[in-house]
This record gives sequence, C-alpha cells and structure tokens, in this order.
Amino acid sequence: MLALVVAPSYASGSEPAKKGIDFQGTLWGHIKDSYEWHITNIGKTPVIISLPVIVKSTTGWHVFCSSAFSEEKDAKGNRPGPYGLYISGSKDHENKICETVNGAEVHPLDLSITKTVTVLFIDAILLLICVLVPARWCKKHKVDDSAPKGFTGFMSMFIMYIYNDVVKASLGKEADKYAPYLLTCFFFIFIANIMGVMPFPPGGGNLTGNIACTFFLAICTFVITNVTGTKAYWKDIFWPEVPMWLKVPVPLMPFIEFFSIFTKPLALMIRLFANMMAGHAIAISLTCILFIMFGVNAVAGSSMTVVSVAMSIFMMLLEILVCFIQALVFTMLSAVFISLAHVKGEAEAKTVK
Amino acid sequence: MLSLLLADIAIAKFGAAVGAGLAAIGAGIGIGRIGGQAMDAMARQPEKMGDLRSSMIIAAALVEGVAFFAVIIALLALFA
Repeated sequence: MLALVVAPSYASGSEPAKKGIDFQGTLWGHIKDSYEWHITNIGKTPVIISLPVIVKSTTGWHVFCSSAFSEEKDAKGNRPGPYGLYISGSKDHENKICETVNGAEVHPLDLSITKTVTVLFIDAILLLICVLVPARWCKKHKVDDSAPKGFTGFMSMFIMYIYNDVVKASLGKEADKYAPYLLTCFFFIFIANIMGVMPFPPGGGNLTGNIACTFFLAICTFVITNVTGTKAYWKDIFWPEVPMWLKVPVPLMPFIEFFSIFTKPLALMIRLFANMMAGHAIAISLTCILFIMFGVNAVAGSSMTVVSVAMSIFMMLLEILVCFIQALVFTMLSAVFISLAHVKGEAEAKTVK
Repeated sequence: MLSLLLADIAIAKFGAAVGAGLAAIGAGIGIGRIGGQAMDAMARQPEKMGDLRSSMIIAAALVEGVAFFAVIIALLALFA
C-alpha cells in the first residue's frame, strides 16, 4: 500500500510527454475538491456536472454556475471567469477562486457548493432515508409485535448492535443521553466512507478523506467530552494524583494531561482521514495500473489484466471492511472519551454505592 | 558534497520513501504481534473466538492509525 502511495512520485519523475493515462491527475482529481464534478470521459469529451459557485468578493455576492470559468488557462495559468474572479493556478491558492485586489491575489469568502459539499448533501439524504424509514416502522408498531423483516430488520439489527456493543458497553447508565450523537457519528461516517469507495455516481465522492470533514467530527467529540466533563475530570487534569515533585516546581503532569485533551481528538481526526484517503488512493491506483500497463505495451497490458482485476477485487473488499472498522473505531473511541470524562470523585462514588 | 546539499527536492523524496517504508515495518511488527497473540488466545479458549476476533481487529485498526501518521508526514514531505 505504501509502495503505491510513493509510486506517484516516481511517475512524475519520468518524462511528462507520455501518452496514455494521466495518473497523478486522475488520483488527485478524485481525492481533492473541485468546483465541478467530473464523472467520466466518453471518448475524448469529459462528462462534467458544473456546480454552483457562491462567492462574496469585493464587488458583493455572486451566484453563478462554475461552467462560466473558461476551460483553457490563460498566460498566468489561471482560468478566468466573470466579475473579475478566476480559478488560480498559483501554488498558494491552487484550484481556488481568487481575485486580484491591489495587485495581490486574494481568496474571497467562498461558500460554493463544491464537489465535497454536494457529496455531503447526498450522503446526508441517504442517511436520513436509511434511518427514518425504520424509525417510521417503530412508530407504527408496538413493542410486542414480531420483528421487522427486510431492510427495516437489517437496520434494526445494525443499530442495536452498535448501541449494545459500543455505546452501552462504554457508557453504561448514561448511554441514552449520548446515543443520538454516537449513533449519528457512526452511521454518517460509515455511509460517507462507503459512498466514497463506490466508483460510479451518486457515489465516488471523497468526503471523509477530506480533513475538514474529519476535523469537524473530531471537534464535536472534543466539545461534548469537555463540556460534559465532571469536576473530578478537570481536577484530575490540572492536579492529578501523582507524586508531588511531578506537579509543584514544574507542572509536568498537568501539562501532559492538558495536551492529551487535544491530542486524543486529533488522533481521531487523522486516523479517519488517513485511512480513507489512502483507501481511495489505493482503489484508484490499482485501476490505473491497468491503464498504465496498456500504455507501455499491449502485451504487458493484457497480461496484467487478470492480476489487476484480482487485486482490485481484493482491495475493494478490504476497503469495505476498513470503512466499517474506521467508523466503528471512531465511534468507540468517542464513547470511551466521553465515559472517561464522567469519572466520579471518591466522595461521590461512595454516596452512589 | 555541496551538490548533495543542493539536491533538496530529491532528498525530500528519498526521505519520504524511507519514512513510508519504516512506517510499514512498524505497522507490520505491531499488527503481526497482535495477530499472533490473538491466535494463541483463540487456541487456548476456542469458545471466546468471537470476542477475540473483534478485539484483534479493533487493536489492529488503532495500531494502523499510528502508522498512518507517518504516511501523512511522508506525503507532506513528498508534495510540499
């Protein structure tokens, strides 16, 4: 896997005028965000869905379709568009909408519906359908009715599995208060992961492989953990029960504990982001190997077909497993962090007993 | 010797590749140990196989998370 990740660097070192597939472009085009959704190439013509652009520049709010930006790059490597805006080709703001203000390139307030935002909407609608349909079944039936069948039965089983084995196992009595957040977390991440691995629309959009998305999820866990932390939790951070010399002249343990408040959600964020980004990169790389081999030589291409297809199937199955596991690990660790923040002091524990 | 100092982009790529390889070694050792000890435990207590399997997969995911930190840093060194 790591060899494949390093492979793009080797590919860029070789001569650029190689006919065949643009490996780097395909890979980064799938993983990175963009203002249009490039679905496929029919022959030579690309099939693109142009997404709306919503920008507040120095000339006010502008809403227009991203096809208004020209396909060709001008002399400076930018793609010009209306209202003095252009899609920049410079290193700082690569592929972002910029405008020139007093000679400097400035990225205005950009609330466009980009590809990642569209994928977010699609995933959210899919998640609502998957959860609200079984919920309606629950409203219409009584507790003693026989178990549901089909899709509702499957979702019911799935949700109860996560609730019992992850949420209740960590949180115990307080499971019901935090179950909505944790279950939403799990199913959102799972659906977003699966949709990212699907190679055709409406899937094929990279949402959890975008660090902004995982950053927000980690922030949610961070806020919930620390806002609902008990007094004993905060006391254990700033004045832990360790030997005096670790606390008094140089507050070593308090510093370490304070940083661990931040590193735990940070680890959650990077784990999910890296797993998903690497997974998408592998899925695309294995498919691209086939096309690269065909570019080298027709014989090499045909002989690689079986190997590449077999590898792709194996990697796709592994990807689906990884999607599930990463969602599970994120939710489980969030549940564990929340339960750790609800540690009871000794006096409280004695009265509860 | 001086030309080695000037080849900074090449050195960054070399460093990234070596870093990614070391991360692979670390992940391999860690997950190998987890798998091996899970095998031992399953052999001792076959009735606990389900629990052990789930715990093994979760521990492997956590160890892989750490390996991924190294991969991200390697990617940053490669492309930035």
